[in-house]
Amino acid sequence: MPATDTPESRDPPPPRDLHEPGLALHVEDLTVSYQRQPALWDIDLDIPPGVMAAIVGPNGAGKSTLVKAVLGLVAPVAGHVRLFGRRYREIRRRVGYVPQRSSVDWDFPTTVLDVVMMGLYGRLGWFRRPGARERAEARAALEQVAMQDYAGRQISQLSGGQQQRVFIARALVQRADIYFLDEPMAGVDATTERAIVEILKGLRDSGKTVIVVHHDLQTVRRYFDWLVILNQRVVAQGPVGDVYTAENLRAAYGGQVALLEAGPGEGGAMDAAEGSPP
Amino acid sequence: MTVLAWLSDYTLQTVMMGAVLLGVVSGVLGSFAVLRRQSLMGDVLSHAALPGICLGFLVAGGRELGGMLAGAFAAAGLAALCVLLIARQTRLKTDAALGIVLSVFFAVGVVLLSYVQSRAGAGQAGLTSFLFGQAAAILRSDLWLMGAVTALALAVVLAFWKEFKLTSFDPGYAVVAGYPVLALEIALTVMIALAIVLGLQMVGVVLMTAMVIAPAAAARQWVRRLEAMVLLAALFGVVAGLTGAVISAQARGLATGPLIVLVATGIVAVSLLLAPGRGVLWSWAARLQEARRLRTRQVLLTLHRLAEGHGDPAYPSEQGMVDAYHGAATRRALSRLAARGLVRDVGHHPETAPHWELTDAGHAEARRLEAGANDIPGAESAAPEVTGGKP
Repeated sequence: MPATDTPESRDPPPPRDLHEPGLALHVEDLTVSYQRQPALWDIDLDIPPGVMAAIVGPNGAGKSTLVKAVLGLVAPVAGHVRLFGRRYREIRRRVGYVPQRSSVDWDFPTTVLDVVMMGLYGRLGWFRRPGARERAEARAALEQVAMQDYAGRQISQLSGGQQQRVFIARALVQRADIYFLDEPMAGVDATTERAIVEILKGLRDSGKTVIVVHHDLQTVRRYFDWLVILNQRVVAQGPVGDVYTAENLRAAYGGQVALLEAGPGEGGAMDAAEGSPP
Repeated sequence: MTVLAWLSDYTLQTVMMGAVLLGVVSGVLGSFAVLRRQSLMGDVLSHAALPGICLGFLVAGGRELGGMLAGAFAAAGLAALCVLLIARQTRLKTDAALGIVLSVFFAVGVVLLSYVQSRAGAGQAGLTSFLFGQAAAILRSDLWLMGAVTALALAVVLAFWKEFKLTSFDPGYAVVAGYPVLALEIALTVMIALAIVLGLQMVGVVLMTAMVIAPAAAARQWVRRLEAMVLLAALFGVVAGLTGAVISAQARGLATGPLIVLVATGIVAVSLLLAPGRGVLWSWAARLQEARRLRTRQVLLTLHRLAEGHGDPAYPSEQGMVDAYHGAATRRALSRLAARGLVRDVGHHPETAPHWELTDAGHAEARRLEAGANDIPGAESAAPEVTGGKP
């Protein structure tokens, strides 16, 4: 799958034209299918800059697929994507990506510092080797995630939470303007989760846009200020306060309708919904 | 003197140089193949080369190395393409695609081989030597070709080092960073095919994949970084190649290729067993040490609690009783504790059973363990219930 294949390659408009420049992420009519099975259907999405947004939805809702389609890892059938009004391939370096931890082989022979420096490969370009400056930047990023003591460690010796921190450091070192994280809180302990949330909030507070595929409805209101509820289509999107309603969650998580209605108040209803999704 | 004369043997020199080149190129490229879980791809490429060799022979009208290797390379490339297409376009998984392509290409190769051999005159050119390799058939002029391909492969790996590293570790991230991952993966596969084709003459289509996998798999056991893995794999490849060549030169009729492969797998076996941290023996030793450490701690705590139960810090515990509490002999654990100055033997008379008491340091250590060491499995159950009775 060629890296430069973006959905809008056949679009007519002139290349310099900015499309919705005021939005950090703008997705229009995006449809993705795997083996003729639609995974995402007609997605329209707008996320303003400077928010910390969660993408939630049941298993198979296409949360990861949406992120991958935005980043050109999955070729969409239709639709187009703009980041700060530009195509992805034009502003690649302003985008940081934290894939799912399980997407790589952690027994690969390399060190923590090496992995973090991979975040700078895009900036270095062909043939140039990372040097002292890159190492210093990588160390600084490791410090941000409190992993500086592990720089020389072989990655196979890390715990799950430490792996996640290393992946986040690899994205931080890019100094991007918008970050996409795929399930960063999955399978990490409570301490690490708190640390990760603090880092992400810090990014948001410095004006970056943070978009997180999230699985835990219980923490949505505490961690995030923007919410996208997804189930192959966009069920609802907007500020968390407006979107996080029993009705919307019922629409996305379907099967839990009874549970949702059985809940005493809003909080109880939410808790009921949280028990079953992935 | 004789060794020198023997080493200056022209044929052996040629074979050894070829083995060194092959060891380097297959070690370096094999590292990437193994890390990218493409070990089986090497097997397919080498088996699929056979029909190419036969066609090259037929087209060139004789045993001309250039033509046959070109045919081998083309056939291997076609096979790799088939695997890719089958895995992508059908519902078959990659392993099934690999198996199918390997068998079909090899079958075609064997059919062609028998056809070539049955042809009057043309035949006995020794095409069967490509099945298991024939190192002695290598000419000095072939070395130039091998050297050129090896140099090219090394130059490419060096030039695109960080790209190959990133693509091998995290291809998705490489795509997002803007690298043409598919092109890089194809480049690696093409180079692995080249290395395999180079080795066919020496090691043969059946065993060549071992040259790609074995040095890299062995090297992986010893290293922490890709740089070290690639260098060590090249070294292992060279050692296997040289050793195999020299052994086969010692006796008539010992096939060089299989010997090289045997040496390489010997290195793998040693590495799997012994490599620090990853080796099998290493983890056994670590487990044994851990078990011993726990036992020692438990015995110390037992003595401490017995003494506390009797209100006498210098309470002498009989060794047989400590054995009974632990359901096992504790003499070694007690000796280890004594060596650390935590207990001392107070059974002075030869006719009485050995008795042990804790030193002050022993009590201090036991209290330290009790304070923060409730994690010792079995420590609770091993602690004796002392009711005040005499031992």
